[in-house]
Amino acid sequence: MIELYILLIAMLAAALVAIEVKDLLAAAVSLGLVGFSVAIMFILLQAPDLAIVQIVVETLTVVFFAAVILRTTNTDTTIAGRFKPELVFPTVVFGLFGVLFLVLAASVLRELPPFGSPVMLVASQYIALALKQTGAANVVAAIILDYRGYDTLGEATVLFTAVVGVLTIVRKLGRKRNPPDEAGEK
Amino acid sequence: MRGMSVIVQVIARLLAGMLFLYGVYIVLHGHLTPGGGFAGGVLIAAAFILMSLAFGSVEQSERSSYTFSSVFESLGGVAFVGLALAGYVVGSFFFKNDFVYYTGIPLHLLSGGIILPANIAIGVKVGAGLVAIFLALGASRFVMKD
Amino acid sequence: MIALLACIVLVLIGLYAVVTKRNVMKIVIGFSLMEYAVNLFFALVGFKRGALPPIITNVNMARNFVDPVPQALVLTAIVIGLATTALMLALAMRIYEKYKTFDITEIKRLKG
Repeated sequence: MIELYILLIAMLAAALVAIEVKDLLAAAVSLGLVGFSVAIMFILLQAPDLAIVQIVVETLTVVFFAAVILRTTNTDTTIAGRFKPELVFPTVVFGLFGVLFLVLAASVLRELPPFGSPVMLVASQYIALALKQTGAANVVAAIILDYRGYDTLGEATVLFTAVVGVLTIVRKLGRKRNPPDEAGEK
Repeated sequence: MRGMSVIVQVIARLLAGMLFLYGVYIVLHGHLTPGGGFAGGVLIAAAFILMSLAFGSVEQSERSSYTFSSVFESLGGVAFVGLALAGYVVGSFFFKNDFVYYTGIPLHLLSGGIILPANIAIGVKVGAGLVAIFLALGASRFVMKD
Repeated sequence: MIALLACIVLVLIGLYAVVTKRNVMKIVIGFSLMEYAVNLFFALVGFKRGALPPIITNVNMARNFVDPVPQALVLTAIVIGLATTALMLALAMRIYEKYKTFDITEIKRLKG
């Protein structure tokens, strides 16, 4: 699985570029690179459903970022290029926290079953009975729409709430009724 | 929002049709091949977003696009909940699949009971929702720009 | 195990962007990085060596599949991540429209 490790290194390098660079459009494109590396890793992990969804969602995420950046501003004005002494303390504290978190996570991950041989107690029942009970050949589609249909109902609700939220935030506020208020707040 | 040059408009007209057809194919074959409602819905939204980016938009067509996408999204959501409630008609539980829907011969197109109509409802819902989000973020004149 | 630890490193990079950076767009990018890392972690947990993708192509095939349950959980999580990112971007656009800057220290000072 040497390709998996090469893709992991590419993903981490692109993530570091995405949060440090000064131009915001370059940061959005680096985020797209992270997403495409994740999609290729999904193919290597034998999950074609996830790879299709990840590629199209990643493309739309970069389009949304570019649409907002082109309407507002293009450069990151907080990175000045000089060494700022007030940024040393948060970075050092976060570095110590990160090392502690990784050490604890490594000791917890040793409890999981080894990589490449999952336990699959419930999944073996789903795989054995999916074609007979639901009639669908795609086991993942049978799980999300028949065995675990409530999760899909919850996801439809969350998507609806997000769309209503975006349309409410972007809408122009009612300024026609109180002109003296508008003159006062501007 | 301004449109783009003539070359981009010609190619976008061809590509948007093919993207829409491919999205519908992925939604309809969701129970036989990888994909399903979510992937196909996002592809359908990508076809409409491509047309909107290449041809630009004026205020009137933006308002009618908003209305269309909200109506379709609500229709998709209501259809999904309605399909699940049909289990109550037979006298059994929510989301029942066995005796309510047509579970045909496996590996054919008309099989799988509730999965095929539910995929279509989810595809319409996700596609219309993402088109509405893009029109609000990128193309709306609702946010005033000084 | 190294792949799982690399996912946790990606979560920490995203968390560093959310906590330390002063530009609102960099904070949104940090949230998005955390979502990708968690989805990849789930898909890595369900991997089985030498197995096939969970699609039945022939009725009498040997059912040697990878674990389909984490894939079903991640499938909806990816689309929900897109919706959350779009909501945060709408908020960022409104912040820029009101304060004309993305810098959070200047926004704290203006108090409009």
